[in-house]
Amino acid sequence: MADRRHLAGSRMTDHAASSPIVSRRAGSQAWWNAVNAWLLLLPAAVLLIAFTHFPILATIRHSLFITRRNGTEAFVGLDSYRAMAADPIFWKALGNNFWFALGTIPTSIALALVMAVWVNRNMRGRGFLRLAYFTPTVLPMIAVANVWLFFYTPDYGLLDQLRGLFGLAGWNWLGDPSTVMGCLIVMVIWKEAGFFMIFYLAALQQLSPDLEEAASIEGASRWYTFRRITFPLLMPTTLFVVINAVINSFKLVDHLVIMTKGGPNNASTLLLYYIYEVAFTFQDSSYAATLTVVLLTLLSGIALLKFGYLDRRIHYQ
Amino acid sequence: MSAITLSHVSKSWGAMRAVDDVSLTADEGSLLVLLGPSGCGKSTTLRLIAGLEDADGGAIAIGGVDVTHLTPAQRKISMVFQSYALFPHLSVAENIVFGLRVRRVSRAERDARLRRVADIVGLAHLLERKPAQLSGGQRQRVALGRAIIAEARVCLMDEPLSNLDAKLRHEMRTEIRALQQRLGMTMVYVTHDQTEAMTMADRVVLMRDGRIEQNGSPEELYNRPATAFTARFIGTPPMNLVRQGDHLIGIRPEHIRIVTGGDHAARVKAVEHLGADSIVLCEIDGQPISVRSDGFSKVQPGEDVRLAWEAGHEHRFDPVSERRLEASVQDGRLATSVG
Ligand SMILES: Nc1ncnc2c1ncn2[C@@H]1O[C@H](COP(=O)(O)OP(=O)(O)O)[C@@H](O)[C@H]1O
Ligand SMILES: [Mg+2]
Repeated sequence: MADRRHLAGSRMTDHAASSPIVSRRAGSQAWWNAVNAWLLLLPAAVLLIAFTHFPILATIRHSLFITRRNGTEAFVGLDSYRAMAADPIFWKALGNNFWFALGTIPTSIALALVMAVWVNRNMRGRGFLRLAYFTPTVLPMIAVANVWLFFYTPDYGLLDQLRGLFGLAGWNWLGDPSTVMGCLIVMVIWKEAGFFMIFYLAALQQLSPDLEEAASIEGASRWYTFRRITFPLLMPTTLFVVINAVINSFKLVDHLVIMTKGGPNNASTLLLYYIYEVAFTFQDSSYAATLTVVLLTLLSGIALLKFGYLDRRIHYQ
Repeated sequence: MSAITLSHVSKSWGAMRAVDDVSLTADEGSLLVLLGPSGCGKSTTLRLIAGLEDADGGAIAIGGVDVTHLTPAQRKISMVFQSYALFPHLSVAENIVFGLRVRRVSRAERDARLRRVADIVGLAHLLERKPAQLSGGQRQRVALGRAIIAEARVCLMDEPLSNLDAKLRHEMRTEIRALQQRLGMTMVYVTHDQTEAMTMADRVVLMRDGRIEQNGSPEELYNRPATAFTARFIGTPPMNLVRQGDHLIGIRPEHIRIVTGGDHAARVKAVEHLGADSIVLCEIDGQPISVRSDGFSKVQPGEDVRLAWEAGHEHRFDPVSERRLEASVQDGRLATSVG
């Protein structure tokens, strides 16, 4: 007992004697920690600032100027935005984008969910099915676009050959304003559903089978269990997938370049494709910047909705 | 009517016979414990009763009705899972009334029953919480609440206490048993812990490799183990089994005394002091044997002692089949080792 008190005492005096040094050392330690942390963050921060934050700010600034022929810039304030508000093609592209999102997102997500629930069950050929569903995602987009281009080709294409079997005349699927959007939507659903399915499948495999069994003992039907247990527990995945789908629907451009060039009569022009055209075909970079700001605002709105509101309403494990 | 009867029930996973020709009866209103080491087929047997697995052969009846081919819901049972299987996104209240909602019980009755059950399991103040905000013991109570609110006559439990600490386990053991008796449920309770089995059960079914090793009251399993396996499984510490020549003899640690002039020489290997008594671990002819002695035993490891027990306390087993040899103990003919 006495021994221990002595030891404790000696340690305390030790500590007291060295405490100014200790605290100075602790101070410089904290400083070093901070420096180290920033150094570790630096590469990522540099990349993020150089290629994300700075371009955003530059774009916003650029949208407030116009570039004259001699290369000098002139401040025009919100003139470009006024011009945009009066631009029918901009409104057309925005509307197209809305219908495109509405056509692709709910269907591809619902399909993904159904396929995931189906493939998640114990059955033969499960691995093969999973791979089959995932294939559209791993194919290069150029190849995908060309395959679908063949499907939609008038007269020779797969679709028209099938119509021919029933004695129907050929149809210019991508050349008709009334069908071109539908054709794009079908193709994108085909491409996205398999990708989203993988996320749902991963989430389903995290769920304990006990939950379903507990529900079945209580007499819950399959559908009731899905509605009250499985689906709510998949909500984090659904949110993630929805956000991705919305962003993808604004990012689609490569298929348009290959398949429709936004036509006919701008019937398949989406916002990002319009920006691409304005910037590189019409060489009007300040108007392109203006359109880009609109796109950025839309996407940030979605991000805010996710982080500010939806995350708080969803049960995370 | 809620007795459970299994007749010649089997279930295999490939070549592995998880449940092999099991027949048993849990009387109405009684608590039957399925006991055995891990992997012996207890959970599979329970899941067969629940209808979560389909039997390969045999018949299962609940309350005299053949339920072998009925769905879990049609069997009108409740079940507590080892993992508790609480719905993580639902509140305690919603977890408990889940089954009532499925069956479209009216709101008024649901609330009344919830209040009653919450009082019984002591959760009245936690009804709005999510399972993640509860302690292990509280989660256990939610699972219990969900099982009893249905007022099913049959309740199945799969190692419900294995995730709790020792003190809580002791408490819940008593509570579950009291609840079962108060509500008059027929309960099948799976555990690998023989203490739980001995303290709670009306009937214990000891399983080994998918087969029933012994089926009897706790007292029978303790006092008249049918096989050496049962003898080794029941009791803390379990029965000592000593080979003497071509005999296999079992003696409970509490029936052995350390006395000068006892007729078995032994060497003390270690001593465990439990407070009220001590377990002295000895060795006879290289075979381990444990001795329970009252109070704080003074013997030291390495010491040579002499052990004695009464012939009437000897259990004899066939050295090959390890089955109990009845006659020998009763007539005492072979009781040569009286001290
Ligand atoms: N779904 C299953 N698929 C394959 N084997 C299983 C399955 N469930 C249980 N088993 C096997 O059956 C045997 C008995 O399992 P179980 O009834 O869970 O044992 P216990 O509950 O007594 O520990 C074990 O060997 C286990 O590996
Ligand atoms: Mg088990």
